[in-house]
Parts: sequence; C-alpha cells; structure tokens
Amino acid sequence: MEEPILKFENFTFQYNAQKKPTLYDISFSIRKGEKIIICGPSGCGKSTLMHCINGLVPHSYKGEKTGSITISGKNTQNMSIFDISKSVGTVLQDCDGQFVGLTVAEDIAFALENDCVEVDQLHERVKSVAKLVNIDDYLTHAPNELSGGQKQRVSLAGILVDDVDILLFDEPLANLDPATGKYAIELIDEIQKTTGAAVIIVEHRLEDALHRNVDRIIIMNEGRIAVDAKPDELLCQDILKETGIREPLYITALKYAGVDITPQMKPSSIRSIVLSDEDKRKVVSWYENSTKEDIEDKRPYLLEVKDLEFSYDKKAKVLQGVNANVKEGEMMAIVGTNGAGKSTFSKVICGFEKETEGTIIFNGENLSDYSIKERADKIGYVMQNPNQMISKVMIFDEVALGLVTRGVPEDEIKTRVEETLKVCGLWQFRNWPISALSYGQKKRVTIASILVLEPKMIILDEPTAGQDYRHYTEIMEFLLKLNKKGITVAMITHDMHLMLEYAKRSIVFSKGKVICDDTSANILTNPEVIKAANLKETSLYDLALMCNIENPGDYAQRFIDYEREVER
Amino acid sequence: MKKFSVKTIVAIGIGAALFFVLGRFVAIPSPIPNTYISIQYGLLAFISAIYGPIAGCLAGLIGHALIDATYGSIWWSWVISSAFFGAAMGFITSKMKLDEGEFGKKEILFFNIGQAVSHLVAWIVVAPVLDILIYSEPVNKVFAQGAVGAISNLVTTAIVGTLLCIAYSAAKPKKGSLSEEA
Amino acid sequence: MTNLFNYIEKPSPIHNLSGATKFICLLLWSFAAMSTYDTRLLIALPIISIFLFKISRIKLKDVSFILTFILVFLLLNTIMIYIFSPHHGTEVYGTCTVILGSGKYSLTKEQLFYHLNYTLKYISTIPIVLLFVTTTNPSEFAASLNKIGVKYSIAYSVALALRYIPDVQREYHEISLAQQARGIEMSKKASLVNRLKGASAILIPLILSSMDKIEIVSNAMELRGFGKNKKRTWYMGRKFRSIDYICIVLCLLLLVVSIVLTKVNGSRFYNPFV
Repeated sequence: MEEPILKFENFTFQYNAQKKPTLYDISFSIRKGEKIIICGPSGCGKSTLMHCINGLVPHSYKGEKTGSITISGKNTQNMSIFDISKSVGTVLQDCDGQFVGLTVAEDIAFALENDCVEVDQLHERVKSVAKLVNIDDYLTHAPNELSGGQKQRVSLAGILVDDVDILLFDEPLANLDPATGKYAIELIDEIQKTTGAAVIIVEHRLEDALHRNVDRIIIMNEGRIAVDAKPDELLCQDILKETGIREPLYITALKYAGVDITPQMKPSSIRSIVLSDEDKRKVVSWYENSTKEDIEDKRPYLLEVKDLEFSYDKKAKVLQGVNANVKEGEMMAIVGTNGAGKSTFSKVICGFEKETEGTIIFNGENLSDYSIKERADKIGYVMQNPNQMISKVMIFDEVALGLVTRGVPEDEIKTRVEETLKVCGLWQFRNWPISALSYGQKKRVTIASILVLEPKMIILDEPTAGQDYRHYTEIMEFLLKLNKKGITVAMITHDMHLMLEYAKRSIVFSKGKVICDDTSANILTNPEVIKAANLKETSLYDLALMCNIENPGDYAQRFIDYEREVER
Repeated sequence: MKKFSVKTIVAIGIGAALFFVLGRFVAIPSPIPNTYISIQYGLLAFISAIYGPIAGCLAGLIGHALIDATYGSIWWSWVISSAFFGAAMGFITSKMKLDEGEFGKKEILFFNIGQAVSHLVAWIVVAPVLDILIYSEPVNKVFAQGAVGAISNLVTTAIVGTLLCIAYSAAKPKKGSLSEEA
Repeated sequence: MTNLFNYIEKPSPIHNLSGATKFICLLLWSFAAMSTYDTRLLIALPIISIFLFKISRIKLKDVSFILTFILVFLLLNTIMIYIFSPHHGTEVYGTCTVILGSGKYSLTKEQLFYHLNYTLKYISTIPIVLLFVTTTNPSEFAASLNKIGVKYSIAYSVALALRYIPDVQREYHEISLAQQARGIEMSKKASLVNRLKGASAILIPLILSSMDKIEIVSNAMELRGFGKNKKRTWYMGRKFRSIDYICIVLCLLLLVVSIVLTKVNGSRFYNPFV
C-alpha cells in the first residue's frame, strides 16, 4: 500500500496554559488523494488537531507533546512552519483575516511573493490559479467588494499557488449562505480531483459537508478520536447523537418512520440513498399518521411596515416597496442573501438608518420621529458577535449600562438588572467578570443587556453563527423561552435549520424586495424561492418527493413538530 | 534591532488602521467650538503599552500620515510628534505586564504619569520646534497650538487609554488559571 | 478604498511611473520646498506642478473637494499667525515698513510678504502630494517603500493598514450604532467626560475584537510563508525604466537649487527689503 501523506502516531498534546491535554493518543493516517471530514462538538480538540497539522502548534502555540506526526514520511518535529506550509495549505474560517492583500490578485500572489518569485511569473501563476477557482474576473477587486463565497475562493487560490499535498479547510461553511456553501463543497471536490491533493475538511455541519462524496469521517470527542469510518457505515450508528453532532435530517426522518438504515442503502447522501418500496411505505404511513399543529395565527400586529424604501445615495435603492409585519408574541425569521436587504431592513426598523419613504408602525405608534435611543426602548437589537457589544468588565455593569445612560435611579437599576439576570439564567454568575464566560453565556449577557430595557420585541442578527449544535440548541432554546414569556423575536439568518425549527414564519428578501412571506417549511420546499434567496432545499423535500408525498412542505412541517415532541 | 515578530507587524498595520479610523471619522466635539477631540491617542497609548515602542512609533507614524494624506497635505511636524508619542509611551510602559492581566492602581498611576509626560514633550517640545524649523512659524503661535493639543490629548488619553487598558487586562486570564470550561 | 485616498486610474505618463519613483520625487520635492523660503523658487514650484497635473490628466474637479478643504485650513493658519504674531515679518526680514494702522496690529509690508511666502510654501507642496495620491495605486505603495530601502516587514504593515481601514471603519460604525441604541451619547448633549466614556464604550469592543484579528491575521500570514526570507517580491512592483531615473534626477536638481539658493541668499529667506 502507498505510504500515507499524513500520519499521526499516538499523538498527545497539552497547551502550556492548560491543566489537561487537549489531544489524547491520536492515531490516524491519510493517503494521497483521500478526502476526509473531521467532525466534533466545540472543545473536542479539532481546532488544535488542525493547528498540529499546519504547524501553528508548536510555532505559535506552545505546549508539550508526545508521539509523532509525519508528513510524506518526514517527522514534523524537524520542520519549520514554512517547510510545513509547502505541503499543507490552510483555508481559515475567517476569510477576512486570511485576505491580507489589497486586491484579489495581490492576495493570491502573497505566498509566492514571500518565496521571491519574479514579477512576470507571479502574474502568470496568479492568472492561472484564479481561473481554476473561477475568480479571474475579479483580480483587481478589493476584499470589501467581494461576497463571502468569493473571498473564500480567493483564500483557496492563495494556497493553491503552492503545489501543496494536503488542503485543510477550517469550517468552510460557517460564513456562507446555503447555496454558496453547496457550491463551495462542489468546488473543493473539483479542486481535489484536478490537483490530486488530500483534503481535510473540519466541519460540524455534516449533512452539508456530505453534499459531495468523501472517503472517511473522523468524529472527535473530548480530545480523542471517537470513530474513524466510511460515511455509509458511520450514518448507521448512533455516534452522532451521542457526541452532539446533528444527524442529516433525512436520516432522522427515516429513523422516525422506523426504517432500518444499513450501509448497503448508501445513506451518506440524499442523492445516493436507495430506499426499498417497503421503506417508502413506512415514510408515507408515518406522514399520514402524524399530526400538524394548527398554525393559524390570529394575534394582532405588533410591527407593521408599509411601502418602505431606503437608499444610501439616491441612486440605488437598497429597499423598495417593502411591506411586512410581525405579530405580537411571534418568533420569526428574516432571510435572504447577503445584500438582499435583510440587514438594512432591521437597521431601518431600529433607527440606525433613516428610511427614505414609508411608515413603520409599532404597537399603533408611528416610529418615524423616534431616535435610535427611543426606538431601543421598544425594539432591541442584538449584534451577531457578542464581543462587539460588551464594553464592561463585570456582568452586572454590562447589563446595567442602558439603564445608567437613561438616568434610572440606582435602586431601580439594581432590581431590574437582577430580575433580568434571573430570567436569562445568569444569576449564579452575577459577580463574575465577563471574560470568564463561554461564548453562549456572553451571548446571553448581550441579550440580557437589551432585555433590561424591557423592549416588546428583539431583533437578533445571526444569533447562532459559528456555533456547534450544542451551543446552537442552548441559544435557541433560551430564545424560545423568552418568546414564551411574551417577547416577540425576529431573527436575521441564513441558517436553514434555525428557520425550520424555530421560526414558524419567514420573510424572504431578494434584491431589496420581500419576495415571499410564508411558513418556513413551505419556503424551504419551494424551489423558486430557494433559488432567488440562495437557500437550499432541505433534504426532507427530496425525501418527500422520493416517497411520492404530494405536499413536501406539509411533510417538513410535521417532521419539525414531531421532533419537538420527541425532544421534549 | 531585534527581529520583529509577524504579530508585531500586524499590530502596527491594524493599529495604524484603528488610529486612522478614529482620527479621520470619529468626530467628538470638544468644548472649543468647531474642534474635535482626538481619541486616537488613547488607542495609541494602549498599542504602545502592549506591543512596545517600535510598534507604537510606527502605528502613530503610519496612521497619522495616512490621515493627512486624505486631506492632501502631510504635516510632517505633527506626524513625527505622533510617532514620538507612540515610541515614548512604549518605552515608559515597557515594564508593565498588561498581557498577564496586571493593571491595578499602581499601574494606572504609572501609565498616566507616563502618558502625560509623553504628551507634554510631544506637543509642547517636538511639534512646535519642528514647526519653527520647517515652516518658520511664529514661536508664540506654535507653542500656543501645542499647549492646547497637549492638554486635550492628555485628558483624552487619561480616560480612553486607561479604560482600554483596564478592559484589556480584565479580559486576559490570569497566569496559570486556565482550565477546561465547565 | 480608492475613494478614500482619491486614487484615480487614468492612462498617463505620470501614472506609468513606478510608485517608488513617485515616492522618491515626492520626498525630494518636499525637502526642497520645506528647506527654502526663497520666493522665486516657491513661485516656480507651483507652476511646475500645474504643468505636471496637465500631464497626469487629473482634472481640477477630481480634487476640488480636497483642495477647498486645504485652502480653508491654510486661511485659518495664516489668520492665527497674524493674531499671534503680527510683526513676525519684521523679525524675519529685519525691517519694518508700516502701510496701515499703528500699534500692535499695524500692518507691515514685511508681514504681508511673510504671509505671501507662507502661503506659497503650502501651494508648492500641496499639488505634489495630491498628484502623488491621485496617481499612485495604494497597492503599489508598500512595494515602493520596500524598493527605496524600507524593510519589507514595515512596508507590509503599511499595506495592512490600507487593507484593514475599511473593515475597521465598518465595524466601528456598527458598534457605534448598537451602543447608541443603549443610550451612549457622544454629541454635545453629554458632558465632556461622559462623551469620552461613551467613546470608550465603543472603542473597547472594537479594540478587543481587533486584538483577536491581529492574532488571526498573523497566523494566516505565517501559514503562507511571510517572514521566511530576507527579501520578498511584490506583485505590484514595477521595474525602473529610463524615464524613472530622469524624473528622480530632475527632482534631485530641485533640491540642489533650493540648497544653492539658501547659500546664495545667506539664509532660507529671499529678502527684497534690504
């Protein structure tokens, strides 16, 4: 058998500042041209594993290790980070961080510049690699003129300029909308076929990452390799649920229907899976026997937006003729591609931007003449990254900030903050510094700092971006709890699971207009809307079609309702 | 000179970008009509305290020169004074251990005496002298300008710089206290 | 980005010069203009620069905004000088020819002549800086710095500053809005100390997230081999052609003229009063 290109042997690693090792006794190997996914919950050690492969450990992050890592037969102990970078190319999760050039061409050339390649050759090489990832029409563009998907392609080109043997992708789907993510996986697949490099994708969105065939999946848990298996075999096991990784939806749906999943069915993708007539009958009978919650909603409107228009410079309209509403006590989603207007819409509602035309009615009041601060008493806005909002050292002070600036008397501040902390499950941490909290807890602090102002409604920008299934569930269940207490929740997102599971209704933006306002289950089974909004069909849709279920939207809805029942 | 780490290079670049944005786009009115407070010096003092004199000097130099370039004329005497301030702060704070989360009362006092001295020298000595040498401007005019600049920058740095250092040191885990999150 | 620094892409001989050449010329020209107060040279410089603008095809309207801004600044500065030191001209030129009024604020010919020279000094440096920023692609700037002898690591930090200014600006804007919603006030409605505290409430999240960014970017750069060799090449670097050398020699001559004039005049000032 061919010698492996990458080999871990009984590798253990402990950071200097940590009390316990982060990686325990890791052994696996990858051959040339293999493609694998490394999957696991946050804190399982997959980022550290990646740093060990690309040399950041021990170059930038120091620690103690035992065992060995070899790349093409050479022990990495004797290699500098620069030697390793000739064999291993890394595409980081943060595309803006990786994009260090002023333009696309310069960024692609970066590694070659550092190798002192002559100017003429630089231009030639950049052109050919740019073509490979289909970004050659944008060579003189600056990063802020590109979409997330385009930036990622630039990052990929930037490592393909070196003929690396191993391509390492850190959560390539994290910052992309579903359609772009699908394209990214296809591109990675093509690149692998043309270059013959080994590909390692670190990702917890297993179903999306499996859009194209992979050879193996490694599941990590608590610093160890829990499973190393072929996808078809892995999906028949229960390991995913045990380690807190989301199972592909169609697999869960089949299990609900009582279908026994075997490797022979090729369950690794909804396109490869083979269902017998018996299996299909089971799915249909599950559908017929399940019930759907009554979704007719007679609550009054809390927010009504009429004929809203907005433009930064009188020329291009970012929003045009937007009519939308949110009902009192509702939990809903605002979706669409980057630049479709969904963020601008929420900013206009909160008064961050001033509408050029139209009216915004909230609880019967016209908001037009209200300042940012006054609107914040009614509608709270929570930014995507909690670190972008936190400016105090202690939790109490952070939550109290909005009350202090509003001149609320001190004893009232105390009671209101304490009450909010209790609601948000932060009471036991009230005397902690914020820096000691986890990401999800910090998120709760920022939500608490908004809730303390007692708004009737909160708008959250990508509430779960970059979070694994466990944290996602933690944050979303918390929001659901708040919603049950009567707070209206609107979420800007392109996470399809979030839409399906937590937003009964979604408003879809495309090119500055609202193109659809329907239940999330219907939207995610409507090919036209999906295409316009850069979404992706849920695999439940394909499953429904496969089993000849006439109303896939209805099927998806029943699945979600049933799942909620089971989980509870 | 010691070889820079890549991190220092990046800190200079991003530090200069921050200096630029704060100096160019953030207009906080000062008590004197039509003049604005330069909060970027609070930031620069902080960068110097963490990344040292060379980083502070270059971040100030690049950031200030870029601000001037967008206005079409580079006022070298003041650009150099910004660089001087960054460098001086870096030297003065070189013994502080902000990275290890140490920023108590003693450090606050030390930081502020340091920034006050650096500002006074930068704006009441370096900038006016350069103005006189390069542009032959009247002595009393440049010193009056310098004094106003020094005092306003000193107040800004005392508040903004100190708060930044406190927040940063609080966000740093104390040495040896890291363990897996529960 | 290009808008911020006013780079205007046009096909012109000046655009075609290497960035390093333009930077060297800018420095030589600035030194020449800075060191002299000779009226004749200060008149000659702006005339040459108008001619250069013609060659560069940059239109007046392209730079009119920035030009107005500088002229207002210049006006304020001359007024300040007059208020603080109405007899600065007499100190400089040694004579005193009153033409209007009397006492402290009497107007002298020397003062007027000093103001004329001061203004000319501005006018002889401004157009060349404007010409530099409008005709030099920011991308080429770092390569130019490296070419004239600045260490590539420092040159690259300039490129990084240019790269991350738009990102920092956007992030500042977003954080600022979210904090305003929580009631942070930075306008005159708040007291000075509260304005500064408000500014800190925006700066703290901005800077803490920038610290994370520094870590990510430096990792990304090392993973792609930055700092590996003593030298590096530049995608945007250009080779010198003969025209580049000619321009540098011409600007060097300007500096020589400026120094010679100082020697001949016996001081930096050209003095018509004695």
